[in-house]
Amino acid sequence: MKAFYLTHGSGFVLPAALCLLALAGCDQKASTAKNERTTNAVASYVAPGEKDEYYLFYSGGHSGQVFVAGLPSLRHISTIPVFAPYPGTGYGFDDVSRKMLGDFTWGDVHHPALSQTDSKYDGRWLFVNDNANNRVARIDLRDFKTKQILGPLPNSSGSHGSSFITENSEYLFVATRFSTPLPKGRVADPKDYKTEFNGAITGIKIEPKSGEMGVGFQILMPPFDYDLASTGKGPSSGWVFFTSYNTEMAHELLEVNASQLDRDLCPIVNWKAAAQAVAEGKAPLLDGVPMLDPAKVPGIVYFVAIGKSPHGMDVDPSGKWIVAGGKLQPTTTVLNFAKIQAAIAQKDFEGEARGIPILKYASVVEGEVPVGLGPLHTQYDGRGNAYTSLFIDSCIVKWKLPPWTPEEQKDLTKAVLDKVSTHFSTGHLVVAGSDTKAPYGKWLVAMNKLSKGRHVVVGPAQPESSQLIDISGEKMKMVAEAYTEPEPHFAQILKVTDCAPIEVYPKDENKDPNAVWEKKDAGVVRTGTTVTAKVIAIRSRFTPDRIDAQVGDTLVVHVTNVEQTVDMIHGFGLNEHNINVTVDPGETKTFTITLKKPGVFAFYCTNFCSALHQEMQGYLVVRPVGQTAALPAANPVAAR
Amino acid sequence: MFKLLRQEFVFLHKPLNPRSRLLLLASAAVIATALFFPLWKMHLVAPQYAEGLDLYIYCYKIEGGGLNGQHLQEINNLNHYIGMHSLAAADFSEMRWMPFVFGLIILLILRAAVFGEMGNLVDLFAVYSYFGVFSIGSFYYRLYTYGHNLDPTAPMRIQPFTPLLIGVKKIANFTEYSFPQAGAYLLIASVALIVLAGWVSRQETPA
Repeated sequence: MKAFYLTHGSGFVLPAALCLLALAGCDQKASTAKNERTTNAVASYVAPGEKDEYYLFYSGGHSGQVFVAGLPSLRHISTIPVFAPYPGTGYGFDDVSRKMLGDFTWGDVHHPALSQTDSKYDGRWLFVNDNANNRVARIDLRDFKTKQILGPLPNSSGSHGSSFITENSEYLFVATRFSTPLPKGRVADPKDYKTEFNGAITGIKIEPKSGEMGVGFQILMPPFDYDLASTGKGPSSGWVFFTSYNTEMAHELLEVNASQLDRDLCPIVNWKAAAQAVAEGKAPLLDGVPMLDPAKVPGIVYFVAIGKSPHGMDVDPSGKWIVAGGKLQPTTTVLNFAKIQAAIAQKDFEGEARGIPILKYASVVEGEVPVGLGPLHTQYDGRGNAYTSLFIDSCIVKWKLPPWTPEEQKDLTKAVLDKVSTHFSTGHLVVAGSDTKAPYGKWLVAMNKLSKGRHVVVGPAQPESSQLIDISGEKMKMVAEAYTEPEPHFAQILKVTDCAPIEVYPKDENKDPNAVWEKKDAGVVRTGTTVTAKVIAIRSRFTPDRIDAQVGDTLVVHVTNVEQTVDMIHGFGLNEHNINVTVDPGETKTFTITLKKPGVFAFYCTNFCSALHQEMQGYLVVRPVGQTAALPAANPVAAR
Repeated sequence: MFKLLRQEFVFLHKPLNPRSRLLLLASAAVIATALFFPLWKMHLVAPQYAEGLDLYIYCYKIEGGGLNGQHLQEINNLNHYIGMHSLAAADFSEMRWMPFVFGLIILLILRAAVFGEMGNLVDLFAVYSYFGVFSIGSFYYRLYTYGHNLDPTAPMRIQPFTPLLIGVKKIANFTEYSFPQAGAYLLIASVALIVLAGWVSRQETPA
């Protein structure tokens, strides 16, 4: 019976199978595309309950903040407020953060830098700059909070060329984008730009234990627009490389006037020699900062003329190659550090600018790689490959670093290995660990300036787009896309296992003298016209939950979240007083306000904490001047 | 009848041989060790506490799991919603005298090892068993009191209950796992050693 079935059945099966094959042939392309989508989806998929492998710290641009996403999921996880108030975490409302922000309510975060030890990320701090108000900030990666804002820096305006950190976090460098008359406050006519205006390169000294930043020294520079930088490592240890545009020294219509020369003078700075010269007293003070004049102290700054209006300047993981993005020319320029050293030693100069020697270009360049239109930034995978963002061509190009074969050297188009389109107009890109001596490789994130048409319509204001590219293989593979708020400029990628953040502030570490942990210590005390409340926040109550004061009083509230449980965050929102302080477990925060209007104002927990979160509230009673508790005001509501 | 009493008399005066005495010394050492380990552990799991909250009960203290033992604080914090009193070692008077009782038992063991008579073992066994049963009973009573003596003004009113002494039980969103720990197992071992000490000398004859 069985044999009969098989014999006769096979007659039908064979034609049917042929038919299926034919169908598959027709549909092969679609099915391959579908398979690829599935593979890519799986590559960046982090299932519910699973965790990402890397942190991605985006600069938040003119949002003033830092965004934290996970890789490979590309999901936004949290926002670290830095230069702008952020009610979500109560930043900018308590006394400490308010003092840090000063009078500014925004900043323009451009380039985050992770602290390094021995040219590798040490997971301690993240530094970011503020291009708008010439500040730098330090985020502690123990608690992902902003701990210090330094600035506005003296003698430096538009700190775009920042934050670039040295291989052992000794210094981070800041360079002027917008030259001004120095010192700040001095007024000169912009028409006298060439003679009256100056730029500066600033070395911010970092205290090795605490990370506390201070202005170490500055170098007085001609009024070019200093753009970006990268620090040396390995053989180029002790050096820092900058790009600049506007060697023309135009002060108006820069779009045209700063784009006339084919090459711009880019400073190469021996920062160890600079620090040494400052220690030897060779830098007179300008606005309180030791200001080195490179014309008077030789051996510190050299120029190299790079085409054209170059943007990014990136040292490779070996420290041997320095790549400038051509921006207005379709090549990246590769400098050879060994040749730079030789040229300096042999005084192989092609001129000087304001007393600063210009290295002979032909003697220091290794090659110009024809990567495409609008090359901006270059990153490295540590396997001898470079990845450059092409703003105008809107793609990422992968190319081979030197040493090149004689054949490649002759025709550098042969060094270009692969291109992948991005959507659209990539500015920065980041390869995991590119600025260390041992990149993690694997992932590249393209930060695109235009996201139009890539997402559902959200009105005329558009988010930015980020695209995740797998660079582990020979060919790059676009895997995922996500959107961020405006506007990431650069990012840093840190392996999750390379830092050790806490989730609760341990009670023993809370040294705030106004912290209260026991009910008996909490309460309200009046001293003259100052009313001080020490408040405990715990699920689901404030102790005390009544504060009495009078119009004109200064109210100081210290809130301690006595919880030691992860994610048990309490907020203290005060009606109609523009106050929202958020207190993490084990933390004490203080806010100070002047009471201006009488009334009874509720305060309540703003960060949903528990099943009785809604009940977590209290009252601030502000009596009019002269009215005592025994004398209640007339009550029109009760009278009705 | 007289014969039975005679047998008993003989039994109680049986000498303990060196092996028995060594077993007794071992038993004393095991009890001393047990004091440093938790006797009991309560493990509470809920959706928000997938990793669990732990409570370790020693003969002289209650300790929470987690960073700086903060699980105790967390459990107390959660319990306040149902009006349960805070668990505090200070409220457990037995935690003050239990270590001394264990000391006494160790002394009784040493006494039995030195005097070397079966009768000493019987005394020891009786005192130890009484103490053991009393402790478990008192522990149960504590749990009963905590679960039944709820503050009537608590935000959430629940049926009074007795937290589980041993086993697994579901209470609201929590699953409670309550089981003896190393300390309790060591104490059981110490009893076993005492019984064994008697057993290996059962054939001895009084001098």
